[in-house]
Amino acid sequence: MQDLAVRCDGLVKRYGNLVAVDGLSLHVRRGECVGVLGPNGAGKTTTIEILEGILPPDDGDVEILGMRWRTDARDLRNRLGIQLQDTQLNEKLTVEETVRLFRSFYRQGRPVAELLRIVELEGKRASRVGTLSGGQKQRLSLACALAGDPDLLFLDEPTTGLDPQARRQLWDVLARFRDGGGTILLTTHYMDEAQTLCDRVAVVDHGRSIAEGTPASLISSLGAPKTVVQQGTLEDVFMSLTGRHLRDD
Amino acid sequence: MTSEQPQTTVGEVSTPAANPRGSSTVDRGGASHPLVELTLTRLREFVREPEALFWAFVFPILMTIVMALAFPSSGTRPVPVAIADGPNAAAVRRALAGDPSIAIRDIAPGGEQGALREGAVHLIVVPADPPIYQFDPAREESRVARLVVDNALKKASGRLDPWRAHEQPVQIPGSRYVDWLIPGLVAMGIMTNGMWGIAFAIVQARLRKLLKRMLASPMRKWEFLFAQVGARLIFLAPEVAIPLAFGALALGMPIHGSFVAIAAVSLLGAVTFGAIGLLLGSRVRTFEAVSGLMNLATVPMWLLSGVFFSTSNFPDAFQPAIQALPLTALVDALRAVVLEGRSLIAIRGELALLGAWTIVPFVLALRLFKWR
Repeated sequence: MQDLAVRCDGLVKRYGNLVAVDGLSLHVRRGECVGVLGPNGAGKTTTIEILEGILPPDDGDVEILGMRWRTDARDLRNRLGIQLQDTQLNEKLTVEETVRLFRSFYRQGRPVAELLRIVELEGKRASRVGTLSGGQKQRLSLACALAGDPDLLFLDEPTTGLDPQARRQLWDVLARFRDGGGTILLTTHYMDEAQTLCDRVAVVDHGRSIAEGTPASLISSLGAPKTVVQQGTLEDVFMSLTGRHLRDD
Repeated sequence: MTSEQPQTTVGEVSTPAANPRGSSTVDRGGASHPLVELTLTRLREFVREPEALFWAFVFPILMTIVMALAFPSSGTRPVPVAIADGPNAAAVRRALAGDPSIAIRDIAPGGEQGALREGAVHLIVVPADPPIYQFDPAREESRVARLVVDNALKKASGRLDPWRAHEQPVQIPGSRYVDWLIPGLVAMGIMTNGMWGIAFAIVQARLRKLLKRMLASPMRKWEFLFAQVGARLIFLAPEVAIPLAFGALALGMPIHGSFVAIAAVSLLGAVTFGAIGLLLGSRVRTFEAVSGLMNLATVPMWLLSGVFFSTSNFPDAFQPAIQALPLTALVDALRAVVLEGRSLIAIRGELALLGAWTIVPFVLALRLFKWR
């Protein structure tokens, strides 16, 4: 447990009377891909934004790559890749100009052309961002997150709203990043995404982590009989943990 | 020769490889310094928005042309008057037709009052004995019309002048309305473009969560804010130069001031209104709100700061407030430099006021600014 990329203990964040994050703890080892699952309003985005150093926590202890936001913010920013939930990149810029802009912020990293190759957008380098499809925009946003050749990637719902092909294409990019030794922490609504990409998942509800483990261990903990033809899915685990009622933001 | 070519290619490829990452030198992977990239981004955004280009560069020229047509140099246009029906109408018409400074307009019977109200004629002569002048003495044009018509009719009736003065028409360069107007329009452009350019760009980036996204990168906040102002200053040159050049070349407006002084005043004005734009955009989250704030700030200044008509038209009680407005200071400073060739020292009062209007909003903006 020495080599943790993310160590967060007893995290609390309140908005007025609303407790968005209520004593959440989360550990991510280096080289691991961890998914945070949870219904709308469970505190996923708040948590990830605290870890990203965008929001200050009200309480709790956060250590990222062995550093702290209070003292090492600049070093941390250079070593993290971040994709926010709904950033609209500048539609008037071209793909290449957008990557160049973000690349300029980092003091190390891959050349712009290579970043475009990694996210498979070389063919679109001269296209305006406004003309891209949802999946292409998301891959462009990923290229911006990868601009500093980060050790740790934070992704907030990276494939929400994408079609199955676009999602798989994005997963491929993420899998390659992991194979290269990178660490990923992502939030998602999609159980298949968690099952495909993540070594471990944490199910979060009401600002707390209510279950944690590998997708397989969570599925088996549901007690689904192994002999039935239809194997239990992570979705079954999720529904049994968080209930069936609708969550509206 | 042919064998050298592949060698050159290999040499080029191996150069970046020989400089691995992790060294103390900053490697931006082919990108320039963030300040340069951010400024370029702002410039591209602007240039790729045709409407923005129109408002910044074409609109001031159209405005100048329209104003020049509407208000030509005074004194050269004949005074439009109408003659009502009456027994002496023919005699009156003959008398007035002989004077080149009078233009007789034929108005359909009954339409005289309407023509007077709309300014189509400035005076109506009712050809009774003696004639009756119908005009609005509150209107300057009508008072002029009364004097000109009265003079013409009395001369025609055989009035003998005791003496005749020698007239010396003097053309004071820069005294025409357009000459006076153009520096005002330039100042107004600096204000609108400065405030909109900065506040709108910031609100848009905040709304799209781009500000937040950039803040999540190692970009420094001051780099972003400096780039916004830097991009503004790059656009400033054509914004100031185009209307002034148009005025000088097409309309014969004299430019007495030095280019250095004009540039310095414009630069300070741009920074001032950039700071005000930064303040207005520091918290707002919607376009409606920022448009409202912007109109609240700019519309009163368009009217009060002497862009279109002199500030002395307003009552004395208003003057302290009007003179304290940043646009008044910029308009006055620019006119003093362009039309009168005054030095920067001579307009230090205006410059100091602009300085205050820069520092206070900028400090406030830094305290209030929300990145998310």
